[in-house]
Amino acid sequence: MSSLHLAILAPLVLSIFIPLFYRIFRHIHAGWFVLPIPIVLFVYFLTFLPETMRGRSLIEMINWIPSLGIKFTAKVDGLGLLFALLITGIGALVVLYSIYYLAKNKEKLNHFYVYLLLFMGAMLGVVLSDNLIVMYGFWELTSFSSFLLIGYWYERDKSRYGAQKSMLITVFGGLAMLGGIILLYIMTGTFSVTELISQANAILNNALFVPALVCILLGAFTKSAQFPFYIWLPDAMEAPTPVSAYLHSATMVKAGIYLVARFTPVFGEHFLWFLLVTSVGILTLVWGSIFAVKQTDLKAILAFSTVSQLGLIMSLLGAGAAALHYEFLDENIYTVAVTAAIFHLVNHATFKGSLFMAAGIIDHETGTRDIRKLGGLMHFMPITFTTSIIGAFSMAGLPPFNGFLSKEMFFTAMVHVTEMDLFNLNTWGILFPVLAWIASIFTFVYSMILVFKTFTGKYQPDKLDKTPHEAPMGLLISPVILVSLVIIFGFFPNLLSDSLISPAMASILPSLLGAGEEFMVHISFWHGPNIELFMTLGVIIFGIILFKTHSRWKRIYKAVPEKQALNRFYDSLIEGIQSVSYKLTKTYMNGSIRSYLVYIFAFFIVILAAILFGKNAFTFDTSNVSAIGVYEVALTILVVLGSICILFAKSRMTSIILLGAVGYTVSLFYVLFRAPDLALTQLVIETISVALFLVCFYHLPKLRRFETRMRFRLTNALISVGVGAVVTLIALSAHSNKLFPSISQYYVENTFTEAAGKNMVNVILVDFRGFDTLFEITVLAIASLGIYGMINLRLNRRKEE
Amino acid sequence: MRKTNNLILETAIKVLLFFIVLYSVYIFTAGHYYPGGGFIGGLMTAGAIVLLLITYDIKTVEELMPVNYRILTAIGLLFAIGTSAGSLLFDVPFLTHAFGDVHLPLLGELSLHTATLFDLGVYFVVVGVTMTIIQTIGEDE
Repeated sequence: MSSLHLAILAPLVLSIFIPLFYRIFRHIHAGWFVLPIPIVLFVYFLTFLPETMRGRSLIEMINWIPSLGIKFTAKVDGLGLLFALLITGIGALVVLYSIYYLAKNKEKLNHFYVYLLLFMGAMLGVVLSDNLIVMYGFWELTSFSSFLLIGYWYERDKSRYGAQKSMLITVFGGLAMLGGIILLYIMTGTFSVTELISQANAILNNALFVPALVCILLGAFTKSAQFPFYIWLPDAMEAPTPVSAYLHSATMVKAGIYLVARFTPVFGEHFLWFLLVTSVGILTLVWGSIFAVKQTDLKAILAFSTVSQLGLIMSLLGAGAAALHYEFLDENIYTVAVTAAIFHLVNHATFKGSLFMAAGIIDHETGTRDIRKLGGLMHFMPITFTTSIIGAFSMAGLPPFNGFLSKEMFFTAMVHVTEMDLFNLNTWGILFPVLAWIASIFTFVYSMILVFKTFTGKYQPDKLDKTPHEAPMGLLISPVILVSLVIIFGFFPNLLSDSLISPAMASILPSLLGAGEEFMVHISFWHGPNIELFMTLGVIIFGIILFKTHSRWKRIYKAVPEKQALNRFYDSLIEGIQSVSYKLTKTYMNGSIRSYLVYIFAFFIVILAAILFGKNAFTFDTSNVSAIGVYEVALTILVVLGSICILFAKSRMTSIILLGAVGYTVSLFYVLFRAPDLALTQLVIETISVALFLVCFYHLPKLRRFETRMRFRLTNALISVGVGAVVTLIALSAHSNKLFPSISQYYVENTFTEAAGKNMVNVILVDFRGFDTLFEITVLAIASLGIYGMINLRLNRRKEE
Repeated sequence: MRKTNNLILETAIKVLLFFIVLYSVYIFTAGHYYPGGGFIGGLMTAGAIVLLLITYDIKTVEELMPVNYRILTAIGLLFAIGTSAGSLLFDVPFLTHAFGDVHLPLLGELSLHTATLFDLGVYFVVVGVTMTIIQTIGEDE
């Protein structure tokens, strides 16, 4: 295990201690214990910079399940490092912010920080795993931990709704992605991304290529909230603001972007990749920006804006894949799209993070996020105003901030799309720059709404719950740091070029580089009076006109129903599934355990007997049968007698004791066959289960008299005879029909040499089949928690009544 | 559970409990070589506590042994997972066990296995799970 693995797992492992610290040091905000983790990790990841800048990557491997090709391979290359720095850097700022945002005596901080650390570790795992199965595990952990974070205020209906929605949609995508991963494995026989890239050409001609591509993209699109899956992101805003700033702007939603970037070398050569990624991205960009203008809640505007900006980055990555079609690096005009994608990724994290934090501050200090109630806050909150205006101007793409530069490059890339002679793009490709331009106008409008509706205009104290004042220092540190980055990257864009952007590009477009080559990234602040500049001027002019006349044309949104068709579709889908499964369940779940047993046993008899006779599988061979002794006969008679007695027992107590007697007799069989372990286990289990029955005894109603009904007795008799017959037949058949040599010989030979134990049963349990045991005790633990929760919930409810 | 008045059982249990628990610990430690192991040992310990529950009532036993069995289950799981993941620290696949002979003063030759730690996890989980279930159902009146 290397330090790299430790770094990935550190947040997960350390999260165990948070509840402990929270209990012991009640007077200290739990966030202070969490804060060092992302800071240390950030510094640690910075040390990789010199390596990745030289175009090298670091790979560390742990064997996890080597026999299945599942290895925990951690790989740091340009792309992975960029994301790792974002996750830990923004993570540190968010934790710092949350310390002041979440009150220590009101909130369940122990929950919050455990979820947050789980998320951080999962996210690091996603971006630094080279093995796809391991990455998939971390990927689902991000869905899971974000579910917990969105539902953090779980007593609110909306939080639960949002959490469920995000979980269902992202997990659906995750499963699709797993399908894609398996298809890739079928094609290549490897789970390693590095090896997949080296086999890219072979995959391209495989029949499974297109299904795999679609599956992987489904995973990326659901995670990165692309159209039509974006509907979960606005609802996810029910999470506390630090979470929104972290998950829904800087990290989790970018996992899809990461996935697309990571798989570009594998799939990018195909036309379908360009088509799907670019057009879905552009569509999301336009759609998100138009609907952001409609929103009145600060966080809702930001949510739709995030959707739209993610679409922008996505479309850039799609356009950048076109670079793979051209051999020569120097004249390749499409690499600019990839540069813009990475640059905007970083920029978006800085300005959107600061804007979310500012929205949180406004909510914290005024008690509302509704722009119809806000206004004129500039004088009360000058620092928040300054950070917001810088963030919003950067988002709108205004100079001199970093958003301006990446938006100019975005225009450049979109204009280049029309020049592509590959896929008939010279005819209909004009759509791309036009749509990009329209979306940018709306982006400008909502950015202006965001800052001017809140901070200028009329101050309406009667609509606010609190008297607004500037936030405390602690809340301001993080947004101020982010905003300074916005300015620094704006004035010195090439600060990032060599250190982060060029290495990340080398990971996305490796086939374009020869040995020792690297991408020459130069982002110029002033690029002359070209078409992009005129597009920007147009954005500003039309944007100002639209913003000024905003109140007049906003009415057209009334034509759009409050709940959009997609959301209605989602809701009716969920409701439909629920009502159908409810009806289905109603038909067989009638509350009587007897009926369930009838179904289970009837199913068992029918299926097994049908297979046994349909496949003519029954064989009976007496050549290998050992002799039957007196003891066996005696014990069999005892078991049979005991079982028959249960049928005639009149009280429940008698049946339980008789059942125990049958169990004890069975354990005597084990003694006879020299299996002391089994005998011991059976004895103890019988004892405990009889005791458990006795405990339950008080709660059960008196034994009801079904027995008088003839039909009832007939079904019971049929089922019991049927089960007995089928089990006997299978046992005989299994004994006479040995298709494979018995595995027991392997254990006899290896128990002592491999595991140094003499007790084969125990060695199998803890060593040879230890993974089974591990999961079995996990299942047991979950079952016991289930019983605990079920019964205690009922108790509490009864108390409330 | 209703309080019963059973003097013989109440007197006997005080001595018996000690022996049963001791035996279950023996069974657990002997597991790698002779019949036994974490599963049976755990069940036996749980059996001993159940015997105590039957003799006295749940409240008395809870006061006598204020153990949160859910936390015990969690500790057990941590032991099992920790031992399994511990092998990764030594660059060997997940769940690879190590063993070796150690010479200790007074005790002499002793064979130590990481499998025992894993088994200890199983032991805790079994005790925790069984007692959680029995206690929850028993308390529900």
